[in-house]
Amino acid sequence: MSDPLLAVSDLVVDFQTRAGNARVLDHITLSVNEGEILGIVGESGCGKSMTALSIMGLIPDPPGKITSGSIKLSGQELVGMGVDDLCKIRGKDIGMIFQEPMTSLNPVFTVGEQIAESVRLHEGVSAKAAHARAVDMLEAVEIPEAAARANAYPYQLSGGMRQRVMIAMALACRPRVLIADEPTTALDTTVQAQIFDLLQNLQDEMGTAIIMITHDMGAIAELADNVAVMYAGSIVEMGKVDNVLSHPDHTYTKGLIACVPHLSSSPGPVRERLMEIEGVVPALTDLGKGCAFAPRCNAVLPRCSSDKPVLLATQENHLAACWAAEAEMAE
Amino acid sequence: MSDQNIALTVKNLKVHFGGKKNIFGRKSNTVHAVDGVSFEVPAGTTFGIVGESGSGKSTTALAIMRLVHITHGEVTLRDTALSALEGETLRDARSRFQIVFQDPYSSLNPRKRAGALVREPLDLMNIGTPQEREAKVAELFRQVGLRPEQRVLFPHQFSGGQRQRLGLARALSTRPELIVCDEPVSALDVAIQAQILNLMGDLQKKLGLTYLFISHDLGVVQHICDTVAVMYLGQIVELADRVSLFTNPRHPYTRALLGAVPSVYGKKRDRRNRVRLQGDPPSPINLPKGCRFASRCPVAEQQCKEAPPMLETHSDGHKVACFLSGHELS
Repeated sequence: MSDPLLAVSDLVVDFQTRAGNARVLDHITLSVNEGEILGIVGESGCGKSMTALSIMGLIPDPPGKITSGSIKLSGQELVGMGVDDLCKIRGKDIGMIFQEPMTSLNPVFTVGEQIAESVRLHEGVSAKAAHARAVDMLEAVEIPEAAARANAYPYQLSGGMRQRVMIAMALACRPRVLIADEPTTALDTTVQAQIFDLLQNLQDEMGTAIIMITHDMGAIAELADNVAVMYAGSIVEMGKVDNVLSHPDHTYTKGLIACVPHLSSSPGPVRERLMEIEGVVPALTDLGKGCAFAPRCNAVLPRCSSDKPVLLATQENHLAACWAAEAEMAE
Repeated sequence: MSDQNIALTVKNLKVHFGGKKNIFGRKSNTVHAVDGVSFEVPAGTTFGIVGESGSGKSTTALAIMRLVHITHGEVTLRDTALSALEGETLRDARSRFQIVFQDPYSSLNPRKRAGALVREPLDLMNIGTPQEREAKVAELFRQVGLRPEQRVLFPHQFSGGQRQRLGLARALSTRPELIVCDEPVSALDVAIQAQILNLMGDLQKKLGLTYLFISHDLGVVQHICDTVAVMYLGQIVELADRVSLFTNPRHPYTRALLGAVPSVYGKKRDRRNRVRLQGDPPSPINLPKGCRFASRCPVAEQQCKEAPPMLETHSDGHKVACFLSGHELS
């Protein structure tokens, strides 16, 4: 097998806080190949966005710090790379779509200028050529009257349009990897569906690898090839989407799937109680030595409070970090 | 169902913003946020309103709460015409209808302790003696799944789910007949959402509450509501009981909304075969004279652009505002 396009291995990120050292990412290993979509799911505070920021080299330092591990983009090590070199990669080889299209666009520049900026920086083309590219990109993300809209300011566009502008900006330099951090959380479902179609079409055309961060299992099911479920800074389950969703091994994954009221086309007259995951995500400063999910888990074994489970293959192409799943497999 | 069992009646509710003359005598544009909405909510049930942002669902909620000016129409709670109340009588009636807001972070005063926040409605409405109020607050805390000792904490010491429990406790404190819930779980994490939805269901069973539930999440609405209204640009386009609406959606907008929700059981690339809406809704200032959905509708015909369809009741009680709803849509 050839090297994956982007490979993160054993990545550890620590934050120094007043309450002590918080390990926000604990030995994260994941990879994504060209033309693939990797979904990362979990509740807030599980390290999804931190994974994205570390890949982009955007961890605020201090207080944050990549303690160990490596991030390789087609073999090139990104951890420890100087800021100047990183700037050449950010926006060019790795593009990112941020969560809030309302706040991540600059309100005093037209959207055309904002898209053209990265093109001029990375490709050194003239202002005119960059503007033409910006218009092309706006057309590619299916914004009507792209030439006129390029001269619009962000406040003149709707939420869905702004998110399209964010996508156009992230894709303007044809990155090989695109990181989308909750790209549709702030949007209506009908607009979300449009954005998903767009991402998929663009990926089919350009072969971009996409890392999609979300808390919506449904979005993962319909968009991603592989999925990584994160909890308290660790990956607790990883594998092919179909397999993870239909046969989850980790109790947390099972809970995440069961606690959401799923839309059914033939609802019964009786409304059943939703499955709950009791409690909340623990503080990262006092995780203890056992499984971080143990206090909320409904299938705890004695071992769970003393040993931290490691990712083990439970099925083909399917890893889970859960002692209960391992015990079940051994039987 | 007899009339006594109807808790809330809304008749031809309209909320328009603007349209006033400014000092130069120029008339500003009128935004038709809610434009002729009628429905009834039987006591002890949950009525859901869904729609995209800008459809007027939150404005409907605020109008029923008498928090925005009602341009036209009637809102009746049991036998009291809320829309006709003013001043002190309105203030007194407020204990009978309460609201739970969307964002539990910004809707609680950060400088007040949790106990004081929950006690506040009791103090303002002058319910019980001051001694009884303390005991009542403790009871409310237990009811929403918090510990009474947590009364001394400040909102920032609670998690998002716990803060929404505080919001619920505040709404419950005056023993209201109607609780309006404006996207009560959309700011919460999925695992916490389930806790709050289950709590709301339990409280309804125990206390016989009537909910008006506003949400854009169809999965949540399907789970918690008995009757569902779909709103588009200030009007109800489809209204039916939960089973009928989700098994047999008749308005093309409802179908598109349902089709846009990604499903855990869906397979990659399944999505492409569904009805897709293009673009955004038109502005609520210059409304088209025909059906408001015609510009985005996949099956619109000439007649749809000429006159607006009325909300008509089909034989099974399912109401739809679409000329083509009798036909089988593909």
